[in-house]
Formats: sequence, structure tokens, C-alpha cells
Amino acid sequence: MANKLVSDMCLPPHLAHLLAARRLTTAKDVLSLPEVELMSLLDAGLATARDAVCHVSEFACPPCQTALALLDERVRLGGGGRLATTLCGLDEALGGGIPLGKLTEVVGPSGIGKTQFCLKLALLATLPECYGGLNGRVVYIDTESKFSSRRMIEICQKSFPQIFRQEGLAQKMAGRILVMRPASLSDFTKSLEQMKVTLLQNDVKLLIVDSVAAFMSSENERGTTGFTQHPLRWALSFLKSIAELTRIPVVVSNQVRSQSNDDGYHYSFEVKRMGDGDGAERLESHLVAALGIQWAHAVTIRLVFESHSGQRFIKVAKSPMSPAVAFPFIVESSGITLLNDEGIDVSGPEITSIRCQGQNLLGPLPLEN
Amino acid sequence: MNCNSTASHSFKYVTGAQNAWDMLSEEQSQKHITTGSGDLNGILGGGIHCKEVTEIGGVPGIGKTQLGIQLAINVQIPVDYGGLGGKAIYIDTEGSFMVERVYQIAEGCISDIMEYFPCHHDKSSSGQENLQPESFLAGIYYFRICSYTEQIAVINYLEKFLGEHKDVRIVIIDSVTFHFRQDFDDLALRTRVLSGLSLKLMKLSKSYNLAVVLLNQVTTKFTEGSFQLTLALVTASRQHLRRGWMLARKISFPSRIADSDSWSHSCTNRLILYWKGNERCAYLDKSPSLPVASTPYAVTSKGVRDAGSSSCKRVRVM
Repeated sequence: MANKLVSDMCLPPHLAHLLAARRLTTAKDVLSLPEVELMSLLDAGLATARDAVCHVSEFACPPCQTALALLDERVRLGGGGRLATTLCGLDEALGGGIPLGKLTEVVGPSGIGKTQFCLKLALLATLPECYGGLNGRVVYIDTESKFSSRRMIEICQKSFPQIFRQEGLAQKMAGRILVMRPASLSDFTKSLEQMKVTLLQNDVKLLIVDSVAAFMSSENERGTTGFTQHPLRWALSFLKSIAELTRIPVVVSNQVRSQSNDDGYHYSFEVKRMGDGDGAERLESHLVAALGIQWAHAVTIRLVFESHSGQRFIKVAKSPMSPAVAFPFIVESSGITLLNDEGIDVSGPEITSIRCQGQNLLGPLPLEN
Repeated sequence: MNCNSTASHSFKYVTGAQNAWDMLSEEQSQKHITTGSGDLNGILGGGIHCKEVTEIGGVPGIGKTQLGIQLAINVQIPVDYGGLGGKAIYIDTEGSFMVERVYQIAEGCISDIMEYFPCHHDKSSSGQENLQPESFLAGIYYFRICSYTEQIAVINYLEKFLGEHKDVRIVIIDSVTFHFRQDFDDLALRTRVLSGLSLKLMKLSKSYNLAVVLLNQVTTKFTEGSFQLTLALVTASRQHLRRGWMLARKISFPSRIADSDSWSHSCTNRLILYWKGNERCAYLDKSPSLPVASTPYAVTSKGVRDAGSSSCKRVRVM
């Protein structure tokens, strides 16, 4: 819509000529100028400039739908559609699984099981619909070279022995997973740009990016605090639009960083009120998701993988349709297994915190390399 | 009443102006859009006001979108049941609008109306007919925006759209700064474009007597030796104010200076949602007429409600 050509808009001839003469060819060119600048550029009066903006806006504006029409469309396309994770409790909490057409984020410390989760999802999506899959291809963008076909097939043979007894099924399913290994951020953005066409043409039903934070150099990390335009932000909004356009689930994993200061973030008005009375309460090891708060705003569903009190948990930290719940889990040869399908209600700041405490197997928490 | 009419008569020659007394009486007769939580309505002076721009900010997952959807439903409560009986425009820039959830909140709203007006419900069968979640959904006009160009286009187009849909009483933008933060490179220009948009929104809210609600993300900034949360673009625009001024001077339009003013001036009211211990709280940060205050609230399966009310207990949804 943004790149719609002015020449395609059937504007009144005098406006069309005026805009063409000033090389204002797309809706973006016209609309990103303040009124007065447009006037000076067009060398025309306020009325003409307003008229032009008004016409172009009407053409560039996306169509309006009522929420009822949206609901009907959702029902027509098959009840919203989910990719079941086969973890019963989690599926129930998410209303059936990972929603199609949305961006889902998996975040947690290294070694906790994010990649295991992604591997299983990838294979699940390739399964025929009768086994709960999406019967399609999968694009797996592996930025950290952690994808292991052997492990993926092991997970699936262990979790669905009855299905994978069939000869050659593993080969067929694994053959549907396309793994991309971009080496740099520019590689990554380039492959994303090509993606849109690939996805539509090749019947791709799931896109996984593991992990999206890998390319964030230490130099760019300041982006979370200051105000730098980050190329990854572009990737973020692009991933979202891919999800919606092609109506497939997009799953991204994200790393964690240790927080650079002791307290959590607060608003200035809170700080004033709290004064110095509240210094006692500190979390032992406080982690924040890499890519910062801007990213967190943009994902529709956020699953936090964390460990505390000697157990690992999957936590639904953000979801428009379900309350926050946490499920204890273990990683076995068959992948991630929930210990309990009931889930523990989580409230308050615990919902967004990412804890990593007292886990021997993790060792001294290094940043993922 | 008499005095009122003579007063307005004497000022007739100033077109477009209204005397303060008329404004007061109009304000008092004006209904507000309830947020679903009595406490929240309390600090907002009765709810979200028409003819005003209200900005609502908060950390991810605090319930901004929930409150936005709740308002889009509540504005449609029929006049018989104490509502405005209007329609809503929902401009979604993030793709976080889930129709299933809207349906749930509509059901929650209807069940609450039935609870408060049991006799009404028995008497008028025609009114009851109206109260279907589907009809609430049909009253939300939804725009999905994928770039800032589209956002500018929609806001420009609203003027015409509102002319054709006079019953719209609330416009919700979720979230107002998302695309501008993703891919607008010239920051000085961005500041001016954004403030141009906010002026337009303010004008729309006045001329069509509707409420404009802008949901905004928060970001972190480093001040006085510690990280603090702040609403997106509030500080950013201040940072680039100087650049905007220089640019303005270069092209010698003195009127641009007022436009390059910071985003934080552009909304009438500002509400910040935050966590206080295990409670969700709302803090009224800025208002021309109300004192700064804060109150707890809750997001339940039915929508936004008072904290501590019986319905606040979390029910597993779906």
C-alpha cells in the first residue's frame, strides 16, 4: 500500500501532473512530508496541497472491515487455526497451540531447551493433518548453527513411535524442512526479503528463526537503551507482516542478557515515590530478553523458558487470549515433556521476569556464542 | 438559562468561539466512556472523555490492548443502559487485535449489563434483541496498518470516513508509534509528521465529538544514573527538537517551530499502566482538570474490571 504509485490512483489530472513533475511517485513520498513542505515543493497553495494529500490518502488507506466480518473470515478459514505443540497443558492455555498468522517468541537462557522446542515444532508442522500437523514445508533460519537433523528425528521417533514406524516417513518429513544458515545480518535481511515469494509459492506452513538475537553485535546493543535505529527492527516488522500475509505461524527464539543494573525498570514517578525504602528486594540473577523492550511490545505471544527452584518452566508471559501460567518441564530424549498439565498461575512482575537460578547443568551462565 | 442565552448572543460575532459557561454546561451533560473498572473511571473523572485525546502507555503485557478493546465495546453500550450507543474505529498497527478475545469481552459486557439492569431486560424485548455479541462486533470498524505511510493515510482519510459514519464516538490507535519507530529514518522530519498527525486527531475529536485513545509503547531511557521507563517518542522527540528547529530555520517557515514541539504536548490526558507488586495499576500522569492519582485495576476473562471484585479471580480462558 505504501508503495502504491500515484499514477495508478486516478487523481484529477492537474494534481497528477503536479505530483509527477515533482517526482512524487509513491504514496509514501507524498504522505511523509509535512503540509507546509509539500506546499513549497509543489509551489502551490494550501488548498491544492490538502487536496492532493486527501486524494492520495484515500487511495493508500487500507480497506476497513468490521470486527464481525473479521470473525466470519476467521471461522471460514477454519477457526483461527493453530499448530498444536503436543504439550497438552500449553496447548490448552494457548487455545489449541501456536496461532497461525501471528508472531510467537520463545525466550530463555542458553541450554534451557528453546532449540529443542523449535526442532519439535518444525517436524510437527510437516506431519500430515491426520496426525495434528499442518502438512506443509518449513523454513528454518538457523543463525547459530544449532540445527541438528539427527536430534530432530530422534525427538520425533521417541515422541511418536507409532507414526515413525512407517518406512521412509522420517526421510519424507525431514525433506520438507529447509534450513537456511545466514552468516551475517545483511545475509539475514536478504534472505528475509526473498522469503515472501518462497513462502507463497512453496506451500510453507511454518517459519522459525533460531535465534533472532544472534546478529546483534555489542555495538548495537546500546539500541535497547538509547535511540538508535536498529536494522533488526525492520526484520521484526517484516516478520510480522509475513505472518499475517501468508497466514502461517512465525516462531522466533530470543536470547537473554543479564541486566546491567540492579533494580528493574521503573517509571520516573515510581522512583520518586519509592525513595530509598525499597532496596532490600533484589532478584538473585535477573535476566532480560535481548533486543529490549521494543521487541517485546511487538510479539503477539511470548513464551518464557526459565529455571528456578530447581525446575525448568515454560511460562506464557504474554498472550492476548490467555492468562499467565507456568508449566514445569524436563528435556528428555523425546524432547520437551511437561511434568504437569495443570499449570501454575503467575501474577505481577513475575510474569515478565526471566529467572535462571540454581541450575547446576547450566554452569556459570555465559552469553550464548 | 436566560443569562446563558444572552451571553452567547453577545459573543455571536466571534465565530467558532464558545463561552466558558456554555462549555461547562456542555461538559456536564457529556457522557463518558466507561473503562469497565469503577476505580479507573474514578481517577479519569468518569471515564474516557469525548472531545479529548487520551494516551495510554505501559510495558508489554500490562493490558493496553485489552483496555483498547474494552473501550471499543463499552462505547456501544446502548443509551437505555447508560452508555453512549456509539460505534468505534480500531486502528491496529501491531496485529494484536484478536477477534476471539473481542467476542469474549463483548459477552462479558452484556452479562454485566444484564446484571445491573435485570428489570430492563425483562421489559423491553426489543432492547434485548440488540444485545448480541455479534452486533457489538459489527460496530467496530477495523483498519490493519502495515506501514507508517498507511497510518498517515488512515488518519487523513478519517475525516471523510467520519463524515459518512457519524455514529462513531471513539477512535483507538494501537499503537501510535510502532511503525514510526521501525522505519522512519529522518528523525526531525518524523517529529514534525507525528505532531502534524496529533493535531489532526485533536481536531477530529473536537469536530466530531469523539474520544481519541492512543495506545503507546514504553521504552527505556538513561536518566540521573539509572534506567527508567518512559513512553516512546516523548523523549526522543525532545532530543531531536533542536535538529527540527535548525531545519525549520533553514527553510524559513517560522510556523514550523510550533510544530516541532515535543509529542508529549499533543495529548490531553496521559494514563500509564504499570505493575505495583502483583497488582496492575493505572497512574494518571497528565490531565488538564484532574489531580494526579493512581488506582489498581484487573484484567479478567470478561475484560477490564475493578481489582478485588469477585469477578477478578482469574478464570482460565477458553
